[in-house]
Parts: sequence; structure tokens; C-alpha cells
Amino acid sequence: MPDRATLKVRVNRDKCQGHNRCKALAPELFELDEYGNAHEIGDGAVPAGLEEKAYLAKSNCPEFAVEIIEE
Amino acid sequence: MARPTVTDWATDFDHLDPAWVNDPFPIWDDMRRKCPIAHTDRFMGVYFPTRYQDVRAVAYDTVHFSSRRVVVRETPPPRIPAPPITSDPPEHRPARMVLLPPFTPDAIKKLEPRARALANELIDKFAGRGSADAAVEYSQEIPARLIAHMLGLPEADGDLYRRWIKMVLVDGITDVSVALQAAGEMHQYFMGYAQQRMEKPGDDLISYLVNIKSNGQPLSTENVIGTLRLLLIAGIDTTWSGIGSCIWHLATHPEDRRRLVREPALMATAVEEFLRAYAPVTMAREVIKETTINGCTFKPGEMVLLSFPAANRDPSMFEDADKVIIDRKENRHAAFGLGIHRCIGSNLARMELTVAVEELLKRIPEFSLAGPVTWSEGTVRGPRQLPIKF
Ligand code: HEM
Ligand code: SF4
Repeated sequence: MPDRATLKVRVNRDKCQGHNRCKALAPELFELDEYGNAHEIGDGAVPAGLEEKAYLAKSNCPEFAVEIIEE
Repeated sequence: MARPTVTDWATDFDHLDPAWVNDPFPIWDDMRRKCPIAHTDRFMGVYFPTRYQDVRAVAYDTVHFSSRRVVVRETPPPRIPAPPITSDPPEHRPARMVLLPPFTPDAIKKLEPRARALANELIDKFAGRGSADAAVEYSQEIPARLIAHMLGLPEADGDLYRRWIKMVLVDGITDVSVALQAAGEMHQYFMGYAQQRMEKPGDDLISYLVNIKSNGQPLSTENVIGTLRLLLIAGIDTTWSGIGSCIWHLATHPEDRRRLVREPALMATAVEEFLRAYAPVTMAREVIKETTINGCTFKPGEMVLLSFPAANRDPSMFEDADKVIIDRKENRHAAFGLGIHRCIGSNLARMELTVAVEELLKRIPEFSLAGPVTWSEGTVRGPRQLPIKF
């Protein structure tokens, strides 16, 4: 068992307007489609060491579209 | 023409008043404390929300607030549609979607080498002189020339663009006929190029627009021209103002400037902070259905000034909102708008701001103000004269 809660990031696509803050701050966790709107990479699981970047992405998204789920 | 003196900012504000033009921040702070949604009878009735939450509420509410008028003018002009900025749902989305692909971060990255070269060509012209007007000789040239480059037009036509922009955004506020004349001239200019690129497409934005399909249909010529007009109007003054404000800050805050030279890795957070603190763009909406926000009733037919700059200074949203903190970590600023009209050019603008500041600091790390600074009038705010010495 890992000794920390697993974090997952998720982009709420109804809210995302493509400000590109999440990808700029955490390119390991987010990617953009051809219109510049974001989604999480894979299932959104945050590898160890990238937790801070995940929280930065969340706290800089102007549309409150980045969610962090603790599992 | 001298405007009637403002008697009370909460009930009689005027965004063209010299006090507002020179330093609006204390006025907004005061309004936010005393009367967070101010109103004026000037300009045939305008509301001015200063709190982040209220600005956000208006921006998100496309049912009661329409984008069909996005500039507050002395008299409302006949509508000059410029989709998507003047569109509401459901027309807004398709008009916006066609414009997004050429402005993604990857697409913009390709322009960066040209932007850096351009910045250096401009600096070459004044580097040996020991002084420059950083607004006129540097900040305004970069976006005008880069958009010409994107459109596949002569970069020197930037002079023409600046003239039109001034007619639409400055002189046109009080004299609508000037704005209409500029729209007509732009129409003529772009018409010729649109036809040419239809026959012989190239690798530029005009060719992209005349060949793109939206719902299987090519865009109408009217739509293409309107979009080109919008890109000029939306892309030049705004970015010029943004770059100018960054340089103004660095000229007046040597500690921040030296820190950026020492720690260039801070550039990304610094640019976001400049965008927050000196957000250049205030938009507007027309009230189309009566509604109430935060206890204030909005009357149909009147306008709302949508001040992203005031929202960005709201202390209930941003810690130390009145301080410029170049390594601010959490910065959910609204400089590029909120909701469906998020600035399509935000990736381009961010690149231009970053490149302009980086190249200037590389070549001229030490500089200071050399004389009086003048700020623009109207709803795009930035320095229009910015004398520096080095
Ligand atoms: C620092 C520079 C810039 C700032 C601060 C800025 C700000 C804004 C803001 C606040 C909006 C939202 C309008 C609204 O809510 O009604 C907007 C929309 C827009 N901007 Fe920018 N802008 C900048 C640069 C640019 C550039 C360089 C371009 C393109 C060349 C551009 C193109 C657009 C377009 C097309 C829209 C309309 C989007 C829509 O309605 O869906 N902007 N901009
Ligand atoms: S920062 Fe927010 S709005 Fe912007 S691309 Fe990421 S999720 Fe979308």
C-alpha cells in the first residue's frame, strides 16, 4: 500500500475555456485538444513528486475547471 | 473637449475622467468598499461592478447580458458585428471554434522566433541612443508587426492598423462616425486580400479563414472580413498596453527588475502578475433582460462595464491585491476574461509579453523613467508615452 492518498486531476470540460494555465504549469498532467481546451493525461493519476504542480494547476485555473480527487 | 466634472464616483462615474485615466485603482478600491456596483447616467446609463464575484457573474450570464455591444460609447452606433466577440449563444460557439486552432499554444510557439528577432530589430534602433519611448518605439510595434506577419501582410502596414484602432477605440467613443469610417476602410483593405488568397492560398491566417469550413459551409466574405477586423482591433492595442505596463512597472520598480534579471525563471509568474495587476482590457455588455446581482437591479438597454482589471484587484479574491508580487503562486486572474469569450489571443499575447520583456532585459537590464508617462483613454489601459533612459 502506498503511504499517501492517490491524487487524480480531472478537467471539467464544461467549465474549461482553454486558458492553458494548467498545461503551462503541469505539462506532465494535462494536454490540449486542437482547439486549445484541456483534459487530463490518461486517468489523471498524479505521479509522486508532482502533487505541488497539480495543486498549482488547480489554483491558477480562472474557470475553476481543474478538480483534484483524493482516492 | 472638457468633460463635466465627476461629482460622485458611485453615482456619476466617468471612465474618461482624467483622474480615472491616470490612476483608476484608488477609485475602484473606494467603490468596492462603498458601492460595489456603481452606476452613472452618463453614456446613456452604465453599471460598474468592482468585485470579482460580480464581474464573474455578469461574464457568465449570457441570458441577461449580451455581447452585441461591447464598447460603451456616447451614442450607440449601428451594430458592426464582429463574431465571435459580438455574438451570444448559440451563434457564438461556431464562430469561435473556427478561430481557435490557429491560436493554440503549439501554433503560437512557431511564431516565437520571429517575435524575438522583431524585438531585437526594434531595440537595435534605439540601443545606442541611451533613451527611447518604450511605448511608441517598442511596445506598440511588436503586436502590430506580428499580427501582420500572421496574416501574411506587409509588416510595415502596422502603421495603418494603429490608425484604424485609434479611430475605433479612442476617437470613436465620442464620435461614432469616426469608428464607422475606420470600419469601412478596413473592409476595403481586407476585401482585396481575401479575394487574392481565395485564388492563391498561402500559409497565413487569411488563407486559413477563406478556406475553412464551419458546419460544412465556407465562411461568408462578410464573416471573414469581420473576423480580420476583430483580430486587428482585439490584438494590437491590448498587447501593446500589456507590454507597456510591464515595462512601466520595471522602470519604476528597480528591485523587481533586478530580481528578474538575476532569476529569469521567475518570468512566467511575473508576466501573470503583471497581467493581473495591470490587466489592459475592460469589456462591456448590454443589459437585455432585467436582473438583480448582489442587490443591484440591472435595467435593460443600459450598459455594463465589465472590468476585469477591477476584479483582479479585489482583496477578497487575491491576497495583497494591491501589491505586485512577481513570484505570486496562486493567481486566478481574469485578464483574458471569464467564460465563453475567453480571449482567443491569450497564448499569443502571453508569448509577446514574455518575449518583449525578456529581450529588453537581456539587452538593457538597467533603465528608468525619463519623463512624464501618459496613459490611454478608454477601455484598453496602458502607457501611450513611456520615455525611458539607460
Ligand atoms: C494582453 C493582451 C490581451 C488582453 C488583455 C486581451 C483581453 C481579452 C478579453 C478580456 C477578452 C474577453 C472579451 C469578453 O469577455 O467580451 C478578449 C477576447 C478576445 N480577444 Fe483578446 N486580449 C489580448 C490580446 C489578444 C490578441 C493578441 C488577440 C488576437 C490576435 C486577441 C483576440 C481576441 C478575440 C478574437 C476575442 C473574442 C473571443 C470571443 O468572443 O470568443 N486578443 N480578449
Ligand atoms: S487552466 Fe482551466 S480553463 Fe484553462 S485550459 Fe486548463 S482547465 Fe481549461
